[in-house]
Amino acid sequence: MNETKGERRTAGALDRRSLLAGAAGASGALVAAAARAEEPAIPAELPDWSRYLGPGVDDEPYGKPSKHEAHVVRRNVEWLTASTESSINFTPLPWLNGIITPNGVFFERHHGGRAEIDPSAHRLLVHGLVDKPFVYTIEDLKRLPCEDRIWFLECAANGGMEWRGAQLNGCQFVRGMVGCAQWTGVRLKTLLERSGLKPNAKWVLAEGADASALTRSFPIEKALDDAFVAYAQNGEALRPGQGYPLRLILPGWEANMSVKWLRRIEVGDAPWYTRWETSKYTDLLPSGKAYKFTWVQEANSVVTWPAPEHKIDGPGEYMIRGLAWSGRGRIVRVDLTFDGGKNWVTAPLQEPILPKALTRFYYPWRWDGSSVIVASRAIDETGYVQPTIAQLRNARGRNSIYHNNAIVTWLVNSSGEVENVQVA
Amino acid sequence: MSRSREFFLALALGAALALPAAAGEKPIGRVPTAEDIARWDIDVRPDGLGLPPGRGTAKEGEEIYLARCAQCHGEFGEAVGRWPQLVGGQGSLTWDDPIKTVTSYWPYATTVFDYIKRAMPFGDAQSLTDDEVYAITAFLLASDGIIAEDFVVDAKTLPAIRMPNADGFIDDPRPDVPKGEPCMKDCVAEVVITGHARKIGVTPEEKARPATD
Repeated sequence: MNETKGERRTAGALDRRSLLAGAAGASGALVAAAARAEEPAIPAELPDWSRYLGPGVDDEPYGKPSKHEAHVVRRNVEWLTASTESSINFTPLPWLNGIITPNGVFFERHHGGRAEIDPSAHRLLVHGLVDKPFVYTIEDLKRLPCEDRIWFLECAANGGMEWRGAQLNGCQFVRGMVGCAQWTGVRLKTLLERSGLKPNAKWVLAEGADASALTRSFPIEKALDDAFVAYAQNGEALRPGQGYPLRLILPGWEANMSVKWLRRIEVGDAPWYTRWETSKYTDLLPSGKAYKFTWVQEANSVVTWPAPEHKIDGPGEYMIRGLAWSGRGRIVRVDLTFDGGKNWVTAPLQEPILPKALTRFYYPWRWDGSSVIVASRAIDETGYVQPTIAQLRNARGRNSIYHNNAIVTWLVNSSGEVENVQVA
Repeated sequence: MSRSREFFLALALGAALALPAAAGEKPIGRVPTAEDIARWDIDVRPDGLGLPPGRGTAKEGEEIYLARCAQCHGEFGEAVGRWPQLVGGQGSLTWDDPIKTVTSYWPYATTVFDYIKRAMPFGDAQSLTDDEVYAITAFLLASDGIIAEDFVVDAKTLPAIRMPNADGFIDDPRPDVPKGEPCMKDCVAEVVITGHARKIGVTPEEKARPATD
């Protein structure tokens, strides 16, 4: 049996060599199709897993993906930051399906490393301009009215490396600072109403218990609207990298504000201007001025197949796959182009289409083997249209780092390879 | 049974949470003492709210800075490797490669105190005394001449220090891109590819990718 397998491997290698040799004279796709046709449609050998017993139910109390999916992992870009403790990794979007990001591959951004918190030693303090401050344990919070809500979280710097031009050749790196989950927890409003707001309560500060004690402030209107204190994500307790045992969620706003390892909520009458809302997370313009309090994540989208991580294996029928989202509400439309933006068609959206959540689009497509330039464009319920990179640069220059939600463009060449490009 | 369920529902709908806990019930949450709150309430605002007692000067700060900060940020705040540069860069914000530092970019001196106190030194947070944080703050501000070497930084003087980029920020005006129904047909005459990520060659694992899915 092993010998047979070995022979087959040799034969495959020969095919690949002849494919390379013949690529100049014949269409590579045709040769590849011929090589495939030599193998039977159903493998000749009965595989081991059909003959021998697999492991029982007790070998893996917490399951993992198949070892054949080992490439579907978060990745970081080493040269981006000085240390991995204050850095970011990227969700492997090109290999994921649906709108829910699995907890194990949800992107992480830490400012002082991933805090490993003992929940019995964790507290949430609510104080400031309130009638009655409170300290809650996690068990206390679980006794309060709870909700399940599906929202995306997106780092303000998603796409940030592309301001000056196409730089990273991967869907994961170009748009992977985003994830979407079903969160379980308590509305912040519930906690604020229990404490009672003073009449001059205008701003709220949230603080993390990690080694950066990250703080962000936001207006009381957001706190009383959809701000959320989550203890669970996709059915299980938050992962440590997502703020276990407690995090804030400010739906639709830059995820830096969704403070992880949440330990303190302070109500005040003015913004705090913390390091993360002055030095960072402000958008520098060519004039030298900078936008501040740029909270909302504007409409965005990306084609996840084809993508630079995938090579199209010959002409034929395929499904274009992609994701769209908007921090202002629901996605109402996604358009696709195959000629770099000359002409557009509208792609059907997949249910559910939820506000401030990832939304899926699929589009059946026939690739004829020629070079095409694929891109998607999202439109949200406010009528906002995802801009081109030229439009964004026209408004903000090239040094604003954050909030690059420009249309992402993939060049598919005639051998089916996909590259991140920018077009004008 | 069904009546008690109705009662429970009515209670839930009618803000059951606002009701005081009956005697003997386990309360939800505890009311902290002022001392409890003070243990965690370390934030500082531009108007000085939250600044603790204490003081420091740049002269005092230099020695502490060299011992606790310089290994990442450099002896003069110029940065080591990719760690943040802290001073310099004034006037650079309009450049093609702006240098955003504490002294060139940060709008409020109070934020410097707040951030150092809560998060620095990186990996040994909240280990500095309030006097040390005041002194390091003074050292950084004096490095670029925002204050004098012997200027005493404390809860009263720090909020009054005017940072060079204090007026550098404007409220978010977005959406700041064209509105209206997007074009669907013959939108551009010619598509020009202006950038290729492959040519940059900085993508992790790019060469190790499988040939196909």
